[in-house]
Amino acid sequence: MNETPHIEVRNLCVTVRGRAGAPLNIVDDVSFDVARGEVLALIGESGSGKTTIALALMGYGRGGAVISGQIRVGDATLEGGTGATLEAQRGHRITYVAQSAAAAFNPSRRVIDQVIEPALIHRTASVTAARARAIELFRALALPSPDTIGSRYPHELSGGQLQRLMAAMALITKPDLVIFDEPTTALDVTTQVEVLQAFRRVFREQGATGVYVSHDLAVVAQMADQILVLNRGQVREQNEVGALLEAPADDYTRMLMAAAHPVVKAQAPIAIQPEPLLSIAGIFAGYGPVDRAGRPANPVLSDVSLTIGRGAAVGVIGESGSGKSTVARVVAGLLAPTAGTISLAGTPLASTVTGRTREQLRRVQIVFQNADVALNPAHSVGDILGRVLRFYHGMRGAEAQRRVAELLDLIRLPAAVAERRCDELSGGQKQRVNLARALAAEPDIILCDEVTSALDTVVRGAILDLLAELRRDLGVAYLFISHDIATVKALCDEIVVLYKGTRVESGLCKSYAAPPFHPYTDLLIASVPELRPGWLADETAHVAAPLAHLAERPDLCRFLPRCPVAISDRCDVAPPPLRTMAAGNVVLCHRSEAELAA
Amino acid sequence: MSGRGLIHAARVLPLSGKLGLALVSFWIVIALIGPLIAPYSPGAFVSQEVFAGASSRFWFGSDFLGRDVLSRLLVGARFTVGLSAVAVTLASVTGTGLALTAAVGPRWLDELLSRTMDTLISIPSKIFALVLVAAFGSSLLLLTLIVSITYVPGNFRIARSLAVGLNQLDYVEVARARGEGRLHLALVEMLPNMIRPLFADIGLRFVFIVLLLSGLSFLGLGLQPPHADLGSLVRENVSGLGESALAILVPAVAIASLTVGANLLIDAATQGKAR
Repeated sequence: MNETPHIEVRNLCVTVRGRAGAPLNIVDDVSFDVARGEVLALIGESGSGKTTIALALMGYGRGGAVISGQIRVGDATLEGGTGATLEAQRGHRITYVAQSAAAAFNPSRRVIDQVIEPALIHRTASVTAARARAIELFRALALPSPDTIGSRYPHELSGGQLQRLMAAMALITKPDLVIFDEPTTALDVTTQVEVLQAFRRVFREQGATGVYVSHDLAVVAQMADQILVLNRGQVREQNEVGALLEAPADDYTRMLMAAAHPVVKAQAPIAIQPEPLLSIAGIFAGYGPVDRAGRPANPVLSDVSLTIGRGAAVGVIGESGSGKSTVARVVAGLLAPTAGTISLAGTPLASTVTGRTREQLRRVQIVFQNADVALNPAHSVGDILGRVLRFYHGMRGAEAQRRVAELLDLIRLPAAVAERRCDELSGGQKQRVNLARALAAEPDIILCDEVTSALDTVVRGAILDLLAELRRDLGVAYLFISHDIATVKALCDEIVVLYKGTRVESGLCKSYAAPPFHPYTDLLIASVPELRPGWLADETAHVAAPLAHLAERPDLCRFLPRCPVAISDRCDVAPPPLRTMAAGNVVLCHRSEAELAA
Repeated sequence: MSGRGLIHAARVLPLSGKLGLALVSFWIVIALIGPLIAPYSPGAFVSQEVFAGASSRFWFGSDFLGRDVLSRLLVGARFTVGLSAVAVTLASVTGTGLALTAAVGPRWLDELLSRTMDTLISIPSKIFALVLVAAFGSSLLLLTLIVSITYVPGNFRIARSLAVGLNQLDYVEVARARGEGRLHLALVEMLPNMIRPLFADIGLRFVFIVLLLSGLSFLGLGLQPPHADLGSLVRENVSGLGESALAILVPAVAIASLTVGANLLIDAATQGKAR
């Protein structure tokens, strides 16, 4: 290409004032070009400066950061000069799609009014023309009932739909540049695929130029033409997608690629003992009035059973709303089940915390997803761990201090961290402290509720390794809850798949390596992006659900309206039976093994 | 926080905050040592002239009976600052204590406490105070109690909403799953995270109490002679208003500087900590 690039960035530096007041470059001498109609991906772990660069393209520095260097987008430059300034182009020639669309929409206004707002503010179109274009974009983004969806309010739409509506808002002014800032990170894998497909299609149709910020190489491989790998504000590597994935030139790129496929190094050598440590049977839980059989009006869990052996790791996966976190809350005694039993090493446990003995409580520990809110900001790390030691083991003073140091060593943090408050730690360090608090109780089982979901790929890999090592060294069992099947596969021996509170499949990890699966498991596995550029195109060969018009009913297969292999007159008349497959996994489906394998 | 930490915190305050801190510290010092440095006895008739202007003998002039305004001010400040501080402490400790009880206690207790507080808050504070003073007469103890009770519900509402918010957070859930008792949940997990917004509230309430006490004194229902607080100094010299006597200006300015100072300090301190 001989023409001048559409976007030109030369020697971009973004400077903030550091702790001691000295200037600190959070983006350091970054240069790149983007050709018209291409998508450049900025990739790196948190703190790599990828979002800062994306914001600098709009002439915006967060928290008084100073942007220096040259940026040209179309005719606009940072300082203005002959053309317009970047700042004047915001929302018009340069638009932005944020990570959380749910938080970016005004809940009290209809979405279409918000989507066409940029066109009206910048006077690029009349109201009627803007509405027509919005509906055209809704159609291109594969939104359901594109003609009328705009008249709804944000709370009536799902996260994936809102994310697509936000893309429509960004494209309404036919911008020179669209910046996507981790647009699918907060979505479920199954939703992510739909949103990515919609983005891709609309980009091809509109010929828009984009900058796509993400920490996930596999997602980026589907969306971008060029990839720029960043680490600590510096460019590590830039190349065309295919070339970069085939032959990464930089060590850091290779590390990112390795982290995309979590493989746990430390495998637990201990055989799973047949004696069950924790078993839950026939659990029902939910909200609203409870009927005689112990079934709540709005069930979150229906008839969930699972058994965890001593030192075993059982994974529970499912999308948001599947009730997977509720399983952990029920086991921990934070939510009383309306029916069913929980037993620990053969002894039945009371349904809530107040009915359990301290010893029973000690043996079951829970670790929450978000370490930012799971650790009390008013206490130091030493206080947090020390409280658990005193509470369960009666340890005080020097003995407790020694144990805190041991625990910190166990989670690979320096002993000096004990003096620090949690808000001085990084996300990965907080999650380690969060784990250490559970370990301090010396539990038999740790309930891990999405402990790796809020972390980026590199840190996630490190935490998974740590979990596997702890299991090998301490023999602790895990109930590992996640929405990411790759993470669960890396750590667990057994996997339970939940859909809308029902167990649709369970079996040993190895039985998830090849079909037959439950159709929902199939969808989950197929939705995990692969690290090759053509993956999303293959995935589009998706079969529509034949019985999508039916409403979901609690007495039938819950997955029916979304199931691509549903059979009318069979799936819509009776509840599905449990079938045991040859590989040992149990599947709740009307389809036989041979049919599912096909 | 250590002494050095406090000094550092004072140093990073914005200019308005430093001004507020200076005013508040000035009044605290006056409250502590005022009677010791007063040049005359507050009840002594020392001037031949009433509503005299400033002179080298009487810095702030004399009042309607010819008493020294400066001396009365130095003694009266102790009542205003001291009574308000005691009342605000009582009100906040009670309000926050009840709020934490409501947050970690059973649902019925929460309902009971919240509705009781709603009832109390619906009574206009001045009228409530007037009725009680009329019924029981005015005394130091009664005044303190009335003012505390008046400001308990407001503090309760704020503390309860903070506590209920914290109650949902994961770290409180973790503590609950660990089997911690309610006292631990309330005092160790929740209270330390409520302190900052509560201090802002306490500061504001202190100002309200100063004004309510001064208002009551102005109406003649507050402190009774021979005691006098800043509000009653304003009231007793109200006849000097026509002559713009220093005797009425000085205590009014004193009340204003105390409340404005407290407000400036609170604003600056809470803004600085929000970051």
